[in-house]
Amino acid sequence: MTVEQIGSEGKDQFPIGMRVLAVDDDPTCLLLLGTLLRRCQYHVTTTSQAKTALKMLRENKNKFDLVISDVHMPDMDGFKLLEHVGLEMDLPVIMLSANGDTKLVMKGITHGACDYLLKPVRIEELQNIWQHVVRRKKKDRCNSGSKDKPHPDSGEAVGIGNVDNNGKLNKKRKDQNEDEDDERDENGHDNEDPSAQKKPRVVWSVELHRKFVAAVNQLGIDKAVPKKILELMNVEKLTRENVASHLQKFRLYLKRISCVANQQANMAAALGTADSAYLRMGSLNGLGNFHTLAGSDQLHNAAFRSFPPSGVLGRLNTPAGLGIRGLPSPGTIQLGHVQNSGNPTNDLSKLQSFVPGNHNTNILQGMPMSLELDRLQHNKSVGHIGELPTTDSTTVFPGSGNLVDARITGFSNNPLLGVTSNSLMLEGSSQQATSHTSVSAIGFQNGNALSDFTSIAPASNQLQDSKAGSQGQASPINCNAGQIIRSAPQEWNAPRKDAPYQSHALINSSIPINSAMIQLGQCLDRNNSIFHRTTDLDLVGPLNFVDPLSIKHGEGDNSIMEPSVIEKEGYLMFQPRPHGSHVPDNIGSLEDLASAMMKQEGGCNGYSLRTSI
Amino acid sequence: MERNPIRMQLAIMRQSLFDQGHVDEQFVQLEELQDDANPNFVEEVVTLYYRDSARIILNIEQALERKPFDFGKLDAYMHQFKGSSSSIGAKKVKAESTLFRECCKSGNGEGCMRSFQQLKKEYATLRKKFGAYFQLARQAGPVETASRPK
Repeated sequence: MTVEQIGSEGKDQFPIGMRVLAVDDDPTCLLLLGTLLRRCQYHVTTTSQAKTALKMLRENKNKFDLVISDVHMPDMDGFKLLEHVGLEMDLPVIMLSANGDTKLVMKGITHGACDYLLKPVRIEELQNIWQHVVRRKKKDRCNSGSKDKPHPDSGEAVGIGNVDNNGKLNKKRKDQNEDEDDERDENGHDNEDPSAQKKPRVVWSVELHRKFVAAVNQLGIDKAVPKKILELMNVEKLTRENVASHLQKFRLYLKRISCVANQQANMAAALGTADSAYLRMGSLNGLGNFHTLAGSDQLHNAAFRSFPPSGVLGRLNTPAGLGIRGLPSPGTIQLGHVQNSGNPTNDLSKLQSFVPGNHNTNILQGMPMSLELDRLQHNKSVGHIGELPTTDSTTVFPGSGNLVDARITGFSNNPLLGVTSNSLMLEGSSQQATSHTSVSAIGFQNGNALSDFTSIAPASNQLQDSKAGSQGQASPINCNAGQIIRSAPQEWNAPRKDAPYQSHALINSSIPINSAMIQLGQCLDRNNSIFHRTTDLDLVGPLNFVDPLSIKHGEGDNSIMEPSVIEKEGYLMFQPRPHGSHVPDNIGSLEDLASAMMKQEGGCNGYSLRTSI
Repeated sequence: MERNPIRMQLAIMRQSLFDQGHVDEQFVQLEELQDDANPNFVEEVVTLYYRDSARIILNIEQALERKPFDFGKLDAYMHQFKGSSSSIGAKKVKAESTLFRECCKSGNGEGCMRSFQQLKKEYATLRKKFGAYFQLARQAGPVETASRPK
């Protein structure tokens, strides 16, 4: 056991001189670890006994900045040590093991480890461990401070998120998301207030968040001020500051969601007008309108314009500021719409609803269709994805292409699929395959979204052809937010290509697609073309979505996205819903989709939809 | 100058360790940690490894003599052994320990025995190679690490 006593001289040049305590019963590993750490210019103390380590730590709590410990030790379980250190000294602890089983890693994380490294550990990995110290210090320091700031935790969250969301596409998305998003996603979805607030930390539980969102919805995202929200929420011990900071985060979240479909750039633009985005989102809530759209060809007009939180989306509308609306009951809404399968538009709407909120944002822009999309978006964000797969999907696409169905199912399976499907959709749209069914085949169902997408694409073409009947087309959209987008493109394409966009339904569906497209488009190059096309969609005319689309496209209007984002967020937040579980997945999937789409296109990877959920 | 042929030989030996799959990238990490402050680091670590792992090998051997096999314990030992082996970059040894662990997990006693025999062989072979390598290294004197295999 070698002990090096180091003063605090290194503190000034942090991370140089950071004091690390290394614990490992294996002498070879310990020697290696110690040497590596010294190479990183840390002050290292090594011991092969956990008990000794604890003793040292207890002697003087301020002697060390960080502890690295092996998991398997003879005298004490590494996790136990971890707990002790966490409780007594509140120091960051990194676990080390040759075993990288997910379960084990999960255990480490749940026990409070701030990182989990695999042996043999490389120097690169050790060079960054100081971040955990900083993070913790910051957390302790700024309790009440940074409410809106992406916490350094985001980094941690990211890491943890990675671990936790192993299977999710989150990882993919992570790259694309800004830190903010990461933080948000990571923390937002659950009941955690990202910004660690020193003072009595308000834990934004699902319930609480739901109330929050409901309040925001009620007030209208534009009018949602902390004071009023607080009043509406009527929760004891909640301060205006808490609400204010949460609101801020929420807004960002919504933005992010809406951006998921769109390129990051777009989002940035949209974000700039966050407020407007909100507004838009509000309109998106019109998804409810969507519902109306679905009902009739007038979707676009009626739906969007009024954005009445129609029952269709019903739930969707509720979320405050579009996004939120959709969120709350995206799932429910979808179902509602789905039921309408009777109408092509309905289908679309359904699809749209499925499309996680993302669409919504886009759609709302101008087009009624967007409503649909919005709805879809709602769904999406809401975790429609999850929903989709559920019976909804089947109901949704009752008639048409059942792509929706297909999609929906697809969705449920894979949020990612949704994403991928979306991308596919977009692609598909250009093709305008009439076979929406193919779209549905897209893979949503299976998570092979990507692959599915391609299938969807052709389907989208079909949609075009089938225009009227392209409900199914819409479905592509529905499947995933991405899907929706896809369907949108398809629809769009239809208008484009087929000029004779006869049925509104198509248009409607196209709208959703557009939105989807838009969303996807942003990411996908194709989308761009699609979007552009949509502008051509004069046919769509009433749909107006052309505008949105063009808007989106041209302006990179993320506002459209925003609504969806909001929805998403809203959805995410309180998505207790049946999809509840889906939500996270969905959300993630949305992002995944987005990212997938983006990736596919090689375009916008800025999908910030993080499924950090 | 005289050293050159030795160094050259050393480099060749080193390369063959990689080429034959005895060591992997981790070994390079060890080499990188060797510097003026730690001129014999690699040798120290490897020596420590062989000393410590001998104990584990013995434990496993004893455990294998007790029937029925306590797979849990065997697995635990081997997990430890694997950790050390991977730390020094002992590729073949590590691979063999993975196999052993799999046999433990599936309760394959025979497989365990066979795997262990193989592991001991690899372990011994590597030790010899290391021995020769370090001996030559000492002769060569402090040298820069030869070009990496990759």
